[in-house]
Amino acid sequence: MQADHPDHDPSTVPDHDGGTPSPSTRPTSNVRLHGAVIRFAGDSGDGMQLTGGRFTSESAVVGNDLSTLPDFPAEIRAPAGTLAGVSSFQVHFSDQDIHTPGDEPDVLVAMNPAALAKHLGAVASGGTLIINADAFTRRNLGKAGYDTNPLEDDSLHDFRVHEVPITDLTLRALADDVSEGLLNKKEAERAKNMFALGLVSWMFSRPIEPTVEWLETKFANAPAIANANVRVLHAGHAYGETTEAFVYTYEVPAAPLRAGRYRQITGNQALAYGLVAASVQSGLDIFYGSYPITPASDILHELSRLKHFGVRTFQAEDEIAAIGSALGASFGGHLAVTGTSGPGVALKGEALGLALATELPLVLINVQRGGPSTGLPTKTEQSDLLQAMFGRNGEAPLPVLAAQSPSDAFYAAFEAARIALVHRTPVILLSDGFLATSSEPWLLPDPSTLPDIDVAFTTEPNTPEGFVPLLRDPETLARPWALPGTPGLAHRIGGLEKDARTGNISYDADNHQAMTELRHDKVKAVAASLPPLEVDDPDATDDGPGADLLVIGWGSTYGPIRGGVDQARERGHRVARVHLRHLNPFPRDLGEILHRYDHVLLPENNTGQLRMLLRAEYLVDVVGHNRVTGQPLRAAEVAGAIDDLLGPRDPVADQRTDPQEVPA
Amino acid sequence: MSADAAPTELPQHPETFSKKDFTSDQEVRWCPGCGDYAILATLQKLLADLGRNPSETVFVSGIGCSSRFPYYMDTYGIHSIHGRAPAIATGLASARPDLDVWVITGDGDALSIGGNHLIHALRRNVDITILLFNNEIYGLTKGQYSPTSPMGSIHKSTPMGSIDRPLSPVSLALGAEATFVARTVDTDRKHLTEVLTAAHAHRGASLVEIYQNCVVFNDDFYHEIMDRDTKVINQIPLVIGEPITFGPDGEKAVVADDDGSLRIVPTAEAGDRIVVHDPSRTEPTTAFALSRLSHNPTGPTPLGIFRQVERPVYDDLINAQVEEAVASRGRGSLEELLSAGSTWDVA
Ligand code: SF4
Repeated sequence: MQADHPDHDPSTVPDHDGGTPSPSTRPTSNVRLHGAVIRFAGDSGDGMQLTGGRFTSESAVVGNDLSTLPDFPAEIRAPAGTLAGVSSFQVHFSDQDIHTPGDEPDVLVAMNPAALAKHLGAVASGGTLIINADAFTRRNLGKAGYDTNPLEDDSLHDFRVHEVPITDLTLRALADDVSEGLLNKKEAERAKNMFALGLVSWMFSRPIEPTVEWLETKFANAPAIANANVRVLHAGHAYGETTEAFVYTYEVPAAPLRAGRYRQITGNQALAYGLVAASVQSGLDIFYGSYPITPASDILHELSRLKHFGVRTFQAEDEIAAIGSALGASFGGHLAVTGTSGPGVALKGEALGLALATELPLVLINVQRGGPSTGLPTKTEQSDLLQAMFGRNGEAPLPVLAAQSPSDAFYAAFEAARIALVHRTPVILLSDGFLATSSEPWLLPDPSTLPDIDVAFTTEPNTPEGFVPLLRDPETLARPWALPGTPGLAHRIGGLEKDARTGNISYDADNHQAMTELRHDKVKAVAASLPPLEVDDPDATDDGPGADLLVIGWGSTYGPIRGGVDQARERGHRVARVHLRHLNPFPRDLGEILHRYDHVLLPENNTGQLRMLLRAEYLVDVVGHNRVTGQPLRAAEVAGAIDDLLGPRDPVADQRTDPQEVPA
Repeated sequence: MSADAAPTELPQHPETFSKKDFTSDQEVRWCPGCGDYAILATLQKLLADLGRNPSETVFVSGIGCSSRFPYYMDTYGIHSIHGRAPAIATGLASARPDLDVWVITGDGDALSIGGNHLIHALRRNVDITILLFNNEIYGLTKGQYSPTSPMGSIHKSTPMGSIDRPLSPVSLALGAEATFVARTVDTDRKHLTEVLTAAHAHRGASLVEIYQNCVVFNDDFYHEIMDRDTKVINQIPLVIGEPITFGPDGEKAVVADDDGSLRIVPTAEAGDRIVVHDPSRTEPTTAFALSRLSHNPTGPTPLGIFRQVERPVYDDLINAQVEEAVASRGRGSLEELLSAGSTWDVA
């Protein structure tokens, strides 16, 4: 089940009539696994996000390493029972350090025919299907595009199928509640996700007590609902225990995580907390101007609940006002942030140019989604890198960085704020739909170890003749930041070209040349504050690199790349790996690192944007692996791309098939 | 910014400031005779007379001839991008309620490209004073018709006459339920000073439409209300608490019709139906009806304060929520935030 770990054989999942498990595992009723990938799929109204979230929390209690991938339709309520209305939540849990939500589910829970139709293609051959048989009515089959019932024809013979009358069993468990009028039938039926959760929790030896507690807290004001859900959860658990359909249960022991306190965190949450941390460490209150947009809105929601940190959230009338208001707050001395997704960045372009021209600190967060135009609002993509780099009129360079995992978004946000405040510049921080909603355990940092951010406002005239707003720091080239209200430092800033010395409007030819170069140099100066890149090359020696190939990446491909590189190494490939936080400016040692290796592979969730930049900057023949299906890359396809460059190393690799696409 | 980090508590300046202290060293670059000069001079003097401190004053502008204004004031200022000044000022005023924030804009800037920001700043009632210089023309781009140009206007981009119906800035502001709305004229220094004084004193968003002459591209568009011979019959002065009459010897009066609209009739025929001017009415309905008496300054045109009411101010509200959160939960601790919710320990 553990795709990242070849020492595990997928055949350890027995089929429903008790087929013999592989001899490599103990043929007991409880089978120990390194890990597994489960995908819960159902109608948008079936509560799959909640079910997956609860299963994740139960697995956290067991001490597994975790990675999750929610996937839901852009429509709030797409027509029930249709393919468009399917919502899913994938969770990968392991007794080892993992980096991705898993390539192929070992277990698919399908609450209706559409969920089966949409996700079956992703399930590993021999995988387990838990199917709500009650939902396989002629009508639902038709909506899912089935001509015949897959439970009755031969189409599922490659899988281990558990047909469970989940709806019926749920209603039976709650028959008394309905007859006593505590619930109506619809409310009773809605608890069926808890049946599925109970059953899968039993199957994987997860404790259900935390979910019982959670339900009792969540529905404290509706005890009938709480009670019903708890009962159905138990019923699902008991169903596994008592029916003979499931002969084996599985156990995934705790992962050897580093000691400390952990919590589960999503990328959007971590971004919000990273900003708050930067606020505390800089002493500046946050002003967050934002306009609702998927998948960034949760940052607004999160920050709006943190007003006791001095956070002001402003839900603006549009994307332009969102950045405009933030820029105004920045002029006033706040830590100014505006969050959005690609379409919003397109609208903010002119104001971003103003922030750059006025040299005011500002963090713009782009939680990227599929484009162009409205594109795929709920799906992930890394296709706004060139927009971040160049999407403004004129030569308008600014620092760009990216978060690489949900918890890493905390540090990325902190770093973005640091650069903005210290270097007096707008900064673009790239996240994406995958990081935004997926989650992982996070080893909580000790806040006292976070560095201070020294903002150093100017409070006195900086020349004998008075205040000169463009008198720069020789190292960072940052200009002084004097706040309105400071006596004697009144000055005007704006979008017109300024005289490099005085800051007054200037249309002088040589001055514009100098200012253009200065704006580039100012971004380049950020590189001086960056640590050397960490290259993961286990075979490297003092004499040079050990690997034949360097895999480079940025952003949320971090997990799939790590997983893919691990797989390639297990096949005998000598592969090095480096991941970029900073995309503009590039770290100073990047060029030298790229030239060290015979081959450079760059997997991206776009058609080759960073590849274009690296080739242009360093004249290195970077080879891309690119996919834009709205889904994160898979570890196996990264490993496959390594094989393609280096040649297969062992028979296992020869059997590799092209990654299967999830049917749309 | 946190209270201990930066100057939210501004030092009090015992010294007073003169008009000169509000005047920057930058050469003023408007066309000779432009109405902007009069407004600039009036405001520089007014701020000094009101005892304001240039270091605590900020001018935010967009793009257009009028938007050069901040460069000529020796205060803090941002010459921003087209139409966005109200949004930028909203962020600044919300973050720094201690500052005196002004927005300088024009008819193209505020009503065309920036219309959205204008109405939202007004409905939120952010504590900013918006001066909308209305010259019914795009001056900086050399003479295209604007959203306030009358239908049929012949300008560079409308050789056969404009076919857009103009907006009335006052009607628009009242429709957005602005709490202070007024109209004045660039060269009537006394009236301009009075209106600006009231606008500045108002807590919340104030919108002042200032008819401003563009000598180059739309000279004397307000001839009917400003010419010595015609102004007496075309200026409708709005005097608080007085029945609205105008013309030689007050021969015309404004009366209400049954449908709520207002109409001009000979005072002799008005009887007791003359509307008494009261800008403090809770509903903007009567003020709106008053604003519909004229669409352009080509006939009888009300001048003065249309509306002036008290309503909670956005900057107060946004900061009150922060204070309330801090009071009830204590100033946030990062340690508590990170470890909130369900955590688990790995040994
Ligand atoms: S073009 Fe018109 S509005 Fe602009 S500066 Fe000249 S006179 Fe004034």
